[in-house]
Amino acid sequence: MNTAGASAADTTKSRTGIAGFDQMTGGGVPRGRTTLVIGGPGSGKTIFGLQFLAEGLRSGEPGIFVAFEEATDRIMANAASFGWGLEQVRPGEVFFLDAQPTADLVQLGDFDLGGMIATLDAKATEMGASRIVFDALDIVLALLPDAASKRREVYRLHEWLLGRGLTGIITAKSDSDDSGTVSGGPLGFMQFMVDCAVTLNHSVVLGVSQRDLRVLKFRSSPFDENESPFLIGATGIEVAAARNLGRMDAQVTNERVSSGVKRLDTMLGGGYYRGASVLITGFPGTAKTTLSGAFAEAACLRGEKTMFVSIDSDGSEVVRNLSSVGIHLDRFLKTGLLQMVSARSITGSAETFLVRIKTHARAQGARCLVIDPVSTLFKSGNELTARNVAERLIDWSKAEGITLVCTSLLDEMASQQEGGSPLQISTLADTWIHLNYLVQAGERNRGMSIIKSRGTAHSNQVRELILSDKGVTLADIYTAGGEVLMGTLRWEKESAERVAKEVDEVARTLKMVRLDAEEAELGVRVKSLQVELEAKQVERALLVRTNKTRKAELSGGRSRMRELRGGDATQPVAAS
Amino acid sequence: MTTDGTMFSFRLYVAGDAQNSSRAIANLTALCRARLAGRHQIEIVDVFGHPERALMDGIVMTPTLMRLEPGPVRRLIGTLNATDDVVAALGIARSEG
Repeated sequence: MNTAGASAADTTKSRTGIAGFDQMTGGGVPRGRTTLVIGGPGSGKTIFGLQFLAEGLRSGEPGIFVAFEEATDRIMANAASFGWGLEQVRPGEVFFLDAQPTADLVQLGDFDLGGMIATLDAKATEMGASRIVFDALDIVLALLPDAASKRREVYRLHEWLLGRGLTGIITAKSDSDDSGTVSGGPLGFMQFMVDCAVTLNHSVVLGVSQRDLRVLKFRSSPFDENESPFLIGATGIEVAAARNLGRMDAQVTNERVSSGVKRLDTMLGGGYYRGASVLITGFPGTAKTTLSGAFAEAACLRGEKTMFVSIDSDGSEVVRNLSSVGIHLDRFLKTGLLQMVSARSITGSAETFLVRIKTHARAQGARCLVIDPVSTLFKSGNELTARNVAERLIDWSKAEGITLVCTSLLDEMASQQEGGSPLQISTLADTWIHLNYLVQAGERNRGMSIIKSRGTAHSNQVRELILSDKGVTLADIYTAGGEVLMGTLRWEKESAERVAKEVDEVARTLKMVRLDAEEAELGVRVKSLQVELEAKQVERALLVRTNKTRKAELSGGRSRMRELRGGDATQPVAAS
Repeated sequence: MTTDGTMFSFRLYVAGDAQNSSRAIANLTALCRARLAGRHQIEIVDVFGHPERALMDGIVMTPTLMRLEPGPVRRLIGTLNATDDVVAALGIARSEG
């Protein structure tokens, strides 16, 4: 995420280092002013303050922590678990003041916070502190006898903070669990006085813990007014800020990544887009996991870091099951290219889940992400936030350029039609592949179709998805008389066609042979006739020749006879 | 129970000339004069003048009265105007005075 940019340049704000909060407020809490953080017990007020100081430590701003409620060593131990390095600071960087009223303290008459302010003033000067946190100010205010003196002390403190130009955070418990509505009492007064007010709320919705943060006011600055869910994670508070205004659009690429199934790539015109979000919906057992597993394998084969979040079953189970259909993920697990995250271990709301996924993916540097199935998880959480979470999941993966494949279980009862995709992810996803069963002739066969795929020409044909130990393949399905044929019927149809083709082939060969024979026969006949013709011609020529000879013989003979007779040459030849 | 002759040693942290601080000084001195004549000592520390001392003693609220002697150290905050309560809190026996 791009947390820098415009917000970093804003010198009127102090970064809190709380992911999301700095985005919501456009840079942090108001610098040189006071921020009030209100929340019920265990809502994360102290952590908010500590994180603010830890951030100051990083940017070279010394800070002071005034603890009214807990002993400082306990607070230090608490902070140490987040790895901010607050526990190993040098004196002069962060100062912890233990201002816990001791148990044996006897209060007789009016008092004020002058002592504390005097000591803090000296300390702040000595350290050059610019940040200060008052944790659980309500504890000390409760000791004051009346509302007027409470106001007086809050005012005194505020004046001092402003005068010193310290960026202050005052945390206080809300009067009731229902935070944000503390209108009466010193807290109400404080809300009007301070420049920024934040409420932290911890509630349980349908048995799932849910934390929300809301910025109530922020003088002279725009801010995100909505209640945003947050999480106390391994590195502190993380607020799930919705997209803020200044966010850059995700980088769009034309690069394609393989779905892991060759023919599916062809159907999609080359595969999924890099950074796209793909939704695979279907009833249980329609090979959603297999299809996403194929994608993960293809990603690993390309050498891309891949994370597989399995919610229904254990990671090793998924690997084993997928190996039965020719998808071998275990080798990538060994090399670390693939990370299996079993979400069974992730408890809590959808929000928790999203943050954990982000953390894991960031730690691994994943480029491809599979969540299988995304729907189960959202069922257990708060339905209202689920869609929001889904939206931000897609938003985040796009911004990071992570190709996301989510599977989603369709409710078996609810939707026999394809429309009822839970969480309406389908409208957000770039590619939506639907898997279903076709029950016909006593079999269930898997059908696959691409319902939508943004920016790609895609096949609109339903294909049969075939799982074998060699892998996942797609086959054409037959439509005969308006009926779709799959499985055995398709096979039957195919084999019938093969037989018909063979018969046809034989018949044609046979005919060819017969024609050849006829042709040969005719050829023979032509030849014999030719010979006969030649014979006749010879015969004729012979006849002509004999005739000539005879004539010559005859005339020759008569002349000879005349000569022999000695006859007159002038004798008429009437007789001849 | 303290007996006659026990020395009382007090340290009173005040914040400049704040009203409740001045009142505490007045109340304490009046009490000591009445009940602990000749066997007490009072040190008045102004937090604005000596913040490092206030820090060392962990002074958050002013005025704060510390009873150093007799031990253990006991702390009282406020103007100390309810004399009977102060006497009880400081462990000054009724018989004394």
